[in-house]
Amino acid sequence: MLIKELVEADGVSGHEDAVRELLLKAIEGCADEYRIDALGNLIAVKYGSGGSAWPKKVMVSAHMDEVGLMVTHIERDGTLRFSPVGGIDPRVMPAKVVRIGDERIPGVIAVKPIHLLEPSERWRVLQFDQLAIDTGMSCDEVNRKVSPGTYAAFATSFEVLDEGGLRTVKGKAFDDRAGCAALVELLKETYPFDLYAAFTVQEEVGLRGARVAAYAVEPDVAFALEGTICDDSPKDKDTSPTTRLGAGPALTAMDRSVICDRRLIGLLTAEAEAAGIPYQFKQPGIGGTDAGAMHVQREGIPSAVLAVPCRYIHSPVCVLSLNDFDNAVRLMRGALYRLTGGLGA
Amino acid sequence: MQAVEFLKKISEASGVSGAEAEVAGIVAETFGALADEVRSDALGNVIALKRGDGLANGEHPRIMLAAHMDEIGLMITKVDGGFLRFTQVGGFDVRTLLGQEVTVHGRKKLAGVIGSRPPHVLSAGDYDRVVPMDQLFLDLGLEAEALAELVAVGDVVTIRRAPVTLGRSLLAGKSFDDRACVAAIEGCLELLAKRRHSWDVYAVATTQEEVGLRGATTSAYGVAPQLAIALDVTFGSQPGVSDSESMGMGDGPSIGLGANFHPKVHERLVATAKAHEIPYQIDPTPGRSGTDAWAIQVTREGIPTALVSIPLRSMHTPVETIDTRDAERAARLLAEFIAELDGEFAQVLGVQVKRLSGQGGQAC
Repeated sequence: MLIKELVEADGVSGHEDAVRELLLKAIEGCADEYRIDALGNLIAVKYGSGGSAWPKKVMVSAHMDEVGLMVTHIERDGTLRFSPVGGIDPRVMPAKVVRIGDERIPGVIAVKPIHLLEPSERWRVLQFDQLAIDTGMSCDEVNRKVSPGTYAAFATSFEVLDEGGLRTVKGKAFDDRAGCAALVELLKETYPFDLYAAFTVQEEVGLRGARVAAYAVEPDVAFALEGTICDDSPKDKDTSPTTRLGAGPALTAMDRSVICDRRLIGLLTAEAEAAGIPYQFKQPGIGGTDAGAMHVQREGIPSAVLAVPCRYIHSPVCVLSLNDFDNAVRLMRGALYRLTGGLGA
Repeated sequence: MQAVEFLKKISEASGVSGAEAEVAGIVAETFGALADEVRSDALGNVIALKRGDGLANGEHPRIMLAAHMDEIGLMITKVDGGFLRFTQVGGFDVRTLLGQEVTVHGRKKLAGVIGSRPPHVLSAGDYDRVVPMDQLFLDLGLEAEALAELVAVGDVVTIRRAPVTLGRSLLAGKSFDDRACVAAIEGCLELLAKRRHSWDVYAVATTQEEVGLRGATTSAYGVAPQLAIALDVTFGSQPGVSDSESMGMGDGPSIGLGANFHPKVHERLVATAKAHEIPYQIDPTPGRSGTDAWAIQVTREGIPTALVSIPLRSMHTPVETIDTRDAERAARLLAEFIAELDGEFAQVLGVQVKRLSGQGGQAC
């Protein structure tokens, strides 16, 4: 898949060569001519079939460059200081793997262990000037292979997440290799006018490639093909109710005191489903129970928790549902009878 | 020694605390092939026994080696439309989570990412604000209906990261805390296969260390050893961490010194390292070691316990980094130590019972 090849290549703004090489191969056989200009833009032309009074020339652009990093300094201990190229949120940087230079030398962005942080440090964002790349090489070795000005990119592979449905894929640099791959598809057809497919450079540092390309091509109409912003993720906090009244007895996967035995959880859910008893999972991580003490006695005791949801717990007046109560009794009783069948694997 | 190859293999296996089955299966198979028997207990600890020749008096003292195979991870708290909310199992630095890749262990293994919001829509102040865990989300690229079908509250999530070799001898990856030490035990068992030893060796890969040393608590009770050595990672030197709170990378395993560790066992480990010219470091640990050694030491009537550690950078992140030579040296140190254990040392460690000369009850 062309998009996979394109996003697994590295082409940080100003050093798009590897991407351009891939695109040169991809347009072979579909473009009629191409040129590479002074900034590195690849401009491929597909001659029109004629007959278009207007427009004569249409330009469609997609940029080859991606946001990434540039090495700014090599420390005496061999670690690399770096600056972002293009707009990167510093908060996505810690504890990532990158690849450096044309040799794609692996490096990691090291982080001080959480155990050694002052409480206030945990809530202080690590800015770019506080981060460094560790390549595992000595200062001498690094200096032979890397110099200030060497580019680095995120080491991310392309992969299909959802084969049906949304047909989602993951990878880096979809902005704008998605546009590049689409533009190659467009070159496969012939239009009434000449199509100028401009694979541009340096978009992420100020739309610089497109500027000179459009000047040179002088098209009647221009389109930009882009990978754009999609901010449809949840914005609110996770406000789980922990449990819901009336939704059945609550099972615990994990609380502060215990991680429940998965075989016992399986036994409880199997019984609930067989007997048609409603049940719910309590939000993990909250609260503690006697199971915390029981499960670590002697050689360990398989333990689980079954609970009736209570509103206003630990206050003078609480509310519960007798349906939940009855169902808790039914579920516990049924599970007890089931136990003699063994826990299985 | 296959220890480093074994580490690469188990590093990518999943084993969040309380859900260690996958990694436990691999460890049980590998340890089992190098031992006489292997079992697991109610908490999922893998306990392999490699029998020794026994002492002249026919006794078989037991030494327990313990390294935890559980890893820190995440757990789903809510299926939120097309996204997932989560909490942590063990302690992450939340600042390292944005933009990580994960595997959600739902009805099947599902790849996903911890999403971040695009810089284009953020305001200047946002860049200075750490995103708390209750505002993070997982994206599996699935539609809401498919997601609800495949994922449930309580499902565990592992970080997804293949090991990366850095330079000549460093290796970075996930779950090296503490599978680097599980691998060192594997290396030790390999070496012992060619050696005679009189003590019985219990090689234990423990569970639930990251949530409170729980597996060590029950396995030490079950094995009831005369001597235990916990293996864990310790802070390796790195920028931003002072020399006084870290150990040199590539300078050898460290041997803990402090209240958690039996002085005679410590001394003997140091003597073994010196005698066999194995580089080592001393890790001064005044109180709580934060390792399985802490739980093992106070099991039953008390167990003489020591700690051997492998220095590691970026602890509790997906790019935990070790010098592989230190893991191999830890394996050698353990093997030499075990091969030299004898009846005399069993007596040194034994509970000292001395009867006074029949004057009991009289004031002195």
